[in-house]
Amino acid sequence: MNLDLGISLPALLSQLLLGLVNGAFYAMLSLGLAVIFGLLNVINFAHGALFMLGALLAWAGMEYAGLNYWVMLLLSPLVIGLLGVLIEKTMLRWIYKLDHIYGLLLTLGITLVIEGVFRSIYGVSGLPYSAPELLQGATDVGFMHLPNYRAWVVMASITVCLGTWFIIEKTKLGAYLRAGTENPKVVEAFGVNVPLMVTLTYGFGVALAAFAGVLAAPVIQISPLMGQNLIIVVFAVVVIGGMGSILGAIVTGLGLGVIEGLTKVVYPEASSTVVFVVMVIVLLLRPAGLFGKEK
Amino acid sequence: MANDNTPALELRDLHAWYGESHILHGVDLTVNRGEVVTLLGRNGAGRTTTLRAIMGLTGARKGSIKVNGHETIGLPTHKIAHYGIGYCPEERAIFSSLSCEENLLLPPVLKGANGENGMSKAEIYDMFPNLKERRQSQGTRLSGGEQQMLAVGRILRTGANLLLLDEISEGLAPVIVQALARMILMLKKKGYTVVMVEQNFRFAAPLADRFYLMEHGAIVERFAASELQAKMPVLNELLGV
Repeated sequence: MNLDLGISLPALLSQLLLGLVNGAFYAMLSLGLAVIFGLLNVINFAHGALFMLGALLAWAGMEYAGLNYWVMLLLSPLVIGLLGVLIEKTMLRWIYKLDHIYGLLLTLGITLVIEGVFRSIYGVSGLPYSAPELLQGATDVGFMHLPNYRAWVVMASITVCLGTWFIIEKTKLGAYLRAGTENPKVVEAFGVNVPLMVTLTYGFGVALAAFAGVLAAPVIQISPLMGQNLIIVVFAVVVIGGMGSILGAIVTGLGLGVIEGLTKVVYPEASSTVVFVVMVIVLLLRPAGLFGKEK
Repeated sequence: MANDNTPALELRDLHAWYGESHILHGVDLTVNRGEVVTLLGRNGAGRTTTLRAIMGLTGARKGSIKVNGHETIGLPTHKIAHYGIGYCPEERAIFSSLSCEENLLLPPVLKGANGENGMSKAEIYDMFPNLKERRQSQGTRLSGGEQQMLAVGRILRTGANLLLLDEISEGLAPVIVQALARMILMLKKKGYTVVMVEQNFRFAAPLADRFYLMEHGAIVERFAASELQAKMPVLNELLGV
């Protein structure tokens, strides 16, 4: 079965799925960045390093304590979330009044320290981690063999993203968050503990990164530098979607993953660049991003 | 628990700064329970800063701020409201990412307040039918008058008995200003304590029990509503009313 362009349908679909898997990671990571930027005004460069720590923790749990994938899928985000709380309380708290650039520099510094420490312990070659038995193998869906684990990644990610969107857009807690993003001082004057909300938001944002990290552990090589490779693309995704937009981050993440996948079919050489080409076009036409509000 | 003779608000030698600039220079002010008090003064006299300092929204503060008998000067902003304050800022601060109703329901019911103190959503909608009609609209799509009703309405739900209202009549059509005046009288009847900052003297004059006049970050005159006529020459000179 061939299309006119000489591209086989199964190849197209499997690249589409692969793109969707990557898009799922972009979506979860850019969502965390968007939530953090919204409330903290911090461009969290440490997101990639914390994503890596999430994956590494899953591996370490198995290696040293025999804790399986499912346990670590819950435990790892929890531990990284707590680490995030610590980072917010001891470091980020002091720079909110300063320009964005200080938050970027501080979190970049944190990234370099984390990545450096783990590179010196584990080197840069990948650590092996296999998908849980339950999700190994593939399902024949008629037109292709759908690897179970990849299907799970897409489903889990979409569920978590939509859950986050629901909490932020449809609940009372979310109303505090949205209002706090606009005018934290007035929300605080109403008697809401905004500083606590800020701390927990950072913890939640980086816990999302760790969750993505555990999901990625069986499909991306676990290495201290795995976050670095991903985070640059994720920042491009955030810029394309528009800083601070929740739905924008999710849709743009998944969409760009798919665009990347399709590019691999049509013109593989461009697949690693296409996101940045899109970014340039979007910035020229809509500087605030696809879903961002013009200032 | 504070008894009925405890003032709702008591400021003693209150100083406040924005960064390096010293804005309030020892404000002394007492508001008894159930009173409506208006802060008069020119722009820049420190009236808005006084309200912001009470809420802990300025820079450094010094002196004493007692809310319903509790000293709050050392407290972080989010704890201050729970002693019974509802604050309506000058900029209204209606949130654009929240609907009209979400804006109305945003401020949490205060810890110190017993549930009966606050008005219900239905009572607020009865008072401001426009808000009910537009409850699904984005907060900032409301007209200026509706936004002002919303900004005041949302602090009536929380059980706060001390309301700080900053320039609520500013820039609004006369019919809206009248509605707000009726609301203040109704709140007074219900036993609320109100501190208003007002530029619109004709709005404030018939509502307030007492007036404080501010100049250069301090109180320069205080008088009751009954002394208003006698004080008009001073007010004319200082405010040009």
